[in-house]
Amino acid sequence: MIGENLAEMPCNELVELVTEYLEDRLSPQDRARFEAHLSACEACRTYLEQFRQTVRVLGRLPEDSLSPQARETLLRAFRDWPRH
Amino acid sequence: MTALDDGALIAALRARDEDVFCDLVARWSGAMLRIARAHVMTRAAAEDVVQEAWLTVLKSLDRFEHRSAFRTWVLGIVINVARARARDERKSLRLDEDVQGGSVDPSRFLPAEHPRWPHHWATEPAKWRTPEQDLLDDETRAVIAAAIDALPAAQREVLVLRDVEGLSSSDVCNIARITDTNQRVLLHRARSRVRAALERYLAAAEAV
Repeated sequence: MIGENLAEMPCNELVELVTEYLEDRLSPQDRARFEAHLSACEACRTYLEQFRQTVRVLGRLPEDSLSPQARETLLRAFRDWPRH
Repeated sequence: MTALDDGALIAALRARDEDVFCDLVARWSGAMLRIARAHVMTRAAAEDVVQEAWLTVLKSLDRFEHRSAFRTWVLGIVINVARARARDERKSLRLDEDVQGGSVDPSRFLPAEHPRWPHHWATEPAKWRTPEQDLLDDETRAVIAAAIDALPAAQREVLVLRDVEGLSSSDVCNIARITDTNQRVLLHRARSRVRAALERYLAAAEAV
């Protein structure tokens, strides 16, 4: 049973479908195969969790900001912006 | 000031409201810099791109048609300016670049002829013991930044827009002018590479 779940979608296929899975773009059949594999494969569960963690961390990177000189240049350009 | 809707923002810019302009520059330039960095090599060049993009925004304000949010439209202008700059630098963007091959090093998997577990993990991903909040410390952030920098430009662009800046997939397809399928392929490849970089780093760091 567990072997069948794994064989339907091997690990190297699952890793290619993770983004489609997370974006809910898999067909119902593929989604079922994906989840059946996950339920039987701890390594792929770990992989999926690391993938999710990576996406979360990317979303929490600190903001960058423009240098004070660049802001000053822009403000001057804004003041000089021709009226039409 | 953040409460102004797009129509009010644009009216304020047309009325030469400096406070509104400075506030927008402060709030949006971070995202614009990251997008610029997807295409140009140096911080200084990225600042140039952002400045040029703001000037283009002012010049083109009358052409904004409210088909997207104003911020999304501004980010689209950054993409255009940054891509043009990259073309000038002869590092033109190929949207099909480097999407061949697997998301994970193929040697991590057992061969097709393995009698029991073909295509299954040969070297399983080791669980990360580092708590998630520690993945934002300076050293790990530098690893993530280097992994993003090492991506091909098209992947970097999509990763920054989607995961770092949080734009929707339809907004990304519109302003980057790519298909939904292409967007997902690029995003997936980019995420896979950043995960792999984190894995390499954490394997070394957690082994100590």
